[in-house]
Amino acid sequence: MQNNIEVEDKGKVDKVTLFLYLLFVILGWLNIYAASYDLENATGMFDLSTRAGSQLIWIGTSLLLAFSLLKIEVSFYETYSFLFYLIGIFLLIVTLIVAQEINGSRSWLIIGPVRLQPAEFMKFIISLALAKVFNAYDFKLMEGRNLLLVSSIILVPTILVILQSETGTALVYLSFILVLYREGLPGGVLFMGVAAIVYFILGIRFSDEQIGMLSKGEIMAVVLIIIFSAAMVWGYLKRRKTFYSILLISSIPFVAAYILTFFSLSVDWGMVSLIALAITATHLLYLFLRYRVKTYFYIFLFLVVSFAFLESTEYAFNDILQPHQQMRIKVALGMEQDLSGAGYHVGQSKIAIGSGGLTGKGYLNGTQTKLKYVPEQDTDFIFCTIGEEHGFLGSTLILILFTVFVLRLLKLAERQTSTFGRVYGYGVVSVFFFHLLVNIGMVIGIMPVIGIPLPFFSYGGSSLWGFTILLFIFLRIDKSRRRA
Amino acid sequence: MSNNSNPKNLANRRYVIAALIVVIGIIYVIQLFNLQILSPQYREFADSNAFLRRTLYPARGAIYDRKGELLVYNRPTYDVMMVVREMTRFDTLDFCNTLNIDIERFRELNAEMRDTRRNPGYSSYTPQLFMSQLNVEEYGLLQEKLYKFPGIYIQSRTERQYNHHNMGLILGYVAEVDQNKIASDPYYVRKDYVGKSGIELSHEIDLRGEKGVEILLRDAHGRVQGRYDDGLQDKAPVSGKDLTLGIDIELQAYGELLMQNKVGSIVMIEPETGEILAMISAPTYDPSLLTGKEFSSNYQSLVNNPYKPLINRSVAGTYPPGSTFKAANGLVYLQEGIITPETMYSCYGGYPPLGGRPRCHGHGSPLALQYALSTSCNSFFCYGLNHMLSNRTKYSNVGEAFDVWKDHMVSMGFGYQLGVDLPSEKRGFIPNSKFYSNIFNTERWNAHNIISIAIGQGEVLTTPLQIANLGATIANRGYFYTPHVVREIKGADLDRAYTTRHDTGIKREHFELTVAGMADAVKFGTCRGINLEPLVEVCGKTGTSENPHGDDHSLFMGFAPKDNPQVAIAVVVENGRFGATNAVPIARLMLQKYFRGEVPESDRWLEQTIMSREILPYVYTRNLPSK
Repeated sequence: MQNNIEVEDKGKVDKVTLFLYLLFVILGWLNIYAASYDLENATGMFDLSTRAGSQLIWIGTSLLLAFSLLKIEVSFYETYSFLFYLIGIFLLIVTLIVAQEINGSRSWLIIGPVRLQPAEFMKFIISLALAKVFNAYDFKLMEGRNLLLVSSIILVPTILVILQSETGTALVYLSFILVLYREGLPGGVLFMGVAAIVYFILGIRFSDEQIGMLSKGEIMAVVLIIIFSAAMVWGYLKRRKTFYSILLISSIPFVAAYILTFFSLSVDWGMVSLIALAITATHLLYLFLRYRVKTYFYIFLFLVVSFAFLESTEYAFNDILQPHQQMRIKVALGMEQDLSGAGYHVGQSKIAIGSGGLTGKGYLNGTQTKLKYVPEQDTDFIFCTIGEEHGFLGSTLILILFTVFVLRLLKLAERQTSTFGRVYGYGVVSVFFFHLLVNIGMVIGIMPVIGIPLPFFSYGGSSLWGFTILLFIFLRIDKSRRRA
Repeated sequence: MSNNSNPKNLANRRYVIAALIVVIGIIYVIQLFNLQILSPQYREFADSNAFLRRTLYPARGAIYDRKGELLVYNRPTYDVMMVVREMTRFDTLDFCNTLNIDIERFRELNAEMRDTRRNPGYSSYTPQLFMSQLNVEEYGLLQEKLYKFPGIYIQSRTERQYNHHNMGLILGYVAEVDQNKIASDPYYVRKDYVGKSGIELSHEIDLRGEKGVEILLRDAHGRVQGRYDDGLQDKAPVSGKDLTLGIDIELQAYGELLMQNKVGSIVMIEPETGEILAMISAPTYDPSLLTGKEFSSNYQSLVNNPYKPLINRSVAGTYPPGSTFKAANGLVYLQEGIITPETMYSCYGGYPPLGGRPRCHGHGSPLALQYALSTSCNSFFCYGLNHMLSNRTKYSNVGEAFDVWKDHMVSMGFGYQLGVDLPSEKRGFIPNSKFYSNIFNTERWNAHNIISIAIGQGEVLTTPLQIANLGATIANRGYFYTPHVVREIKGADLDRAYTTRHDTGIKREHFELTVAGMADAVKFGTCRGINLEPLVEVCGKTGTSENPHGDDHSLFMGFAPKDNPQVAIAVVVENGRFGATNAVPIARLMLQKYFRGEVPESDRWLEQTIMSREILPYVYTRNLPSK
């Protein structure tokens, strides 16, 4: 390889990213040692029978892997993207068939002494496949055939992983929507996704209090739908006056109802909201027929679909989600305490972090994690150890470092000269960002409990290897980018 | 829509994504700030999760008598503790049978433990006291089966044990602390033991020591995982201090035998130090009754006993001092110059100015103080009081004169609590001039209105301890040390109140005259019955105090030997009639015991007579506990 250096390969590996990677891996290892530290009979950091010891092996092999990946030519990744993808899908199917159930999931492939989770490796495989697809000459995402291809690349492994009962990892694959957004998916789709989450949260969180025909949450969501619709008129069509008139007309029923209350009449606010929504819908339809501008019709459709989604959330929540998943969401929304079940994990993790105070209890002095009050304290809940032992200062520092890391990756992705490099880079950004968003969010009680690891910190070989491969392929691509 | 496919516009989307990342980062930092800085309760939650605070109880101090004889010590007992959180379903019936309680009692104890009003420190995470005082056998049974009952722990405690069946009233008893005490002193928690009476109460701080605490780390499954901070935060218990009493248990026990079936008190004080050598209050009880599981029923029957054996009459009984008070009156008259040793008054079988009241008995007349003391002449002291209160050259009015008299009495330890180291001491009563002005509704009253106080009757009330203290003061010729039962606290100094000499301010020569009068009383006066010569020269004064509760009380106050006195004594036998009838023989036997170590053959008949004598006042009782 040495005497076969490519002409374009003059660049260096990005030092900032490399430094942060090494820092995270070392800090992660120290925290695994702390999290699995046994007070009664403390073992050495390098004892291979302990988790810290075996993590050291994973770190060593990861570094070898990283080094090797940097030596492989970029064209290799480009050329074999689809082959990797097919092998990945094949392994997922094999796993689904042969894997035995471990901790409720069937995601482990056991080959002799090695235990692997193919789903972890699908993260870089999907990224490569997407990069390859987008790299095609004059590729337009919004053309039907392309959209179908891209969706399939993401959804096929997602479904296979859901079948393995690894819901958390499946959600990670859905984070590639960020890649699609960067590559031309209309902002409205992303907006609708966000809106859907907002409706869902409002609908579930405030479903207990019924005000007339609708629940409190539904009324709040209906008002939001009207405001969103009006805002879209302004945003897409730049018609500020129409925006105001829609808001004004839709508020007439509310004002009228408010006046009625002065005459001691009881008002069904649910019905009032529905009337306002119907008025806005009619208004939009009228504008479409009057001006023959299609956008009015799309906004009308947005309104109708939003309302339909809202009305189906309660059904979806109660009848599609498993009871333990419902409970996790309710706990995250602060509706339930459930200190023995799903809430126990979050409750104990908040206690561990909260008890850290400003500066923490000191390395190896955390009581909550050592005494196993926090579940999964060296894997998914490892952030608790940081919070408890290093306090607000330590955990904020880690959070800032991770944010810097993701922003750095974003910057690297944007400086790619090839679509292949940029799309792959955004895949890397999406995966890391989603992991941080969900893992830390879960541990500090903002997100529902979704079992995905904290990159480089959580104990586990497959995830460390998976993240290392994902990252270093990107660093390899970045290293050999064409410079202007 | 066309603008979406413009690469330049698409490139701007990086700012949307970057903003998203930064906003999430900020939200998470805010949440961390909220959890770690703004919510101090998480620290408490964490501590209550992880720290198992185990109280280490110190051994309560032991109590020894004057000669080093062990009186009170500790024996281990066992408490059943419950950590409700750790309890899983277990065989309650088996548990009850092991503890020898029925299911009703189980529910009762459980409810009491969980009642946060009665047990404010209740928490389902920490060990709570369920049942106390298992004996060794019950402990063994439970210990064997303990593995069957998760969440149940045994904590060892100690219980008081007594080597003698005497002086229950002085030693006092130890029992579970009550709500008021818990509220006023944070040291105590529910079911702690605390001294409730006697020395156990007055020396509670010395005896109890300091509780220690052991901080253990407990994991999520409730298993102990070692010590927190290698035990550096632990506090070892500090044992209570041992006490040595001035009391001689042999003398005490003998006195209790003499006082059996009588109501009253014997107090013996070492004048040189103020140490109490014996303090008998009758009736009394065996201190072992108020320990262990029988505590409640025994306590109830003692409370219900009509003779009130829970009252320490030596310090809480108040009596008119009768003629023993004449010694004090004589001292005041001498000090104030109302009389001289040579001043003589006439007595014609009574006090002449009031038509022979109060009456007196046959003796020579006229007479001076020394003779008046030995024959206990009433008239002499009535004259004295009258001359003092009507002396207008010395005092401008009767009130001023009377208050001078009162001040002298107070200086001799009357009228206020002496400050003995025992609880519930009464102050007795020495009136002042205002008291009489109120009664007579005028400030123009005179000695004849209040003449009975000249002979220790009327309004004057004293405790047996105060009478004994007068004996000690005369023995010392003018000063006393505050009487106290605890002679030595191991590892600490005695309170300065007990080592400070109190001077009466009355001249020594006046005391010498009083001593001579009291010596005469023993040699050929009213208390010849206590003449112990040639063994020892006793000085004494009898008293016969009239009271509204029946027969006169029989009193004696004295000390011995006359020179370099070693012991002062006061005896009160309620309804024992003349001082010479009961108090004098009891005092005689006590002094025999004190000086000889045992009563000689010649006094055996007297001992038998006294011990078998029953002088119990008639008491009207309802609801007498059935034996």
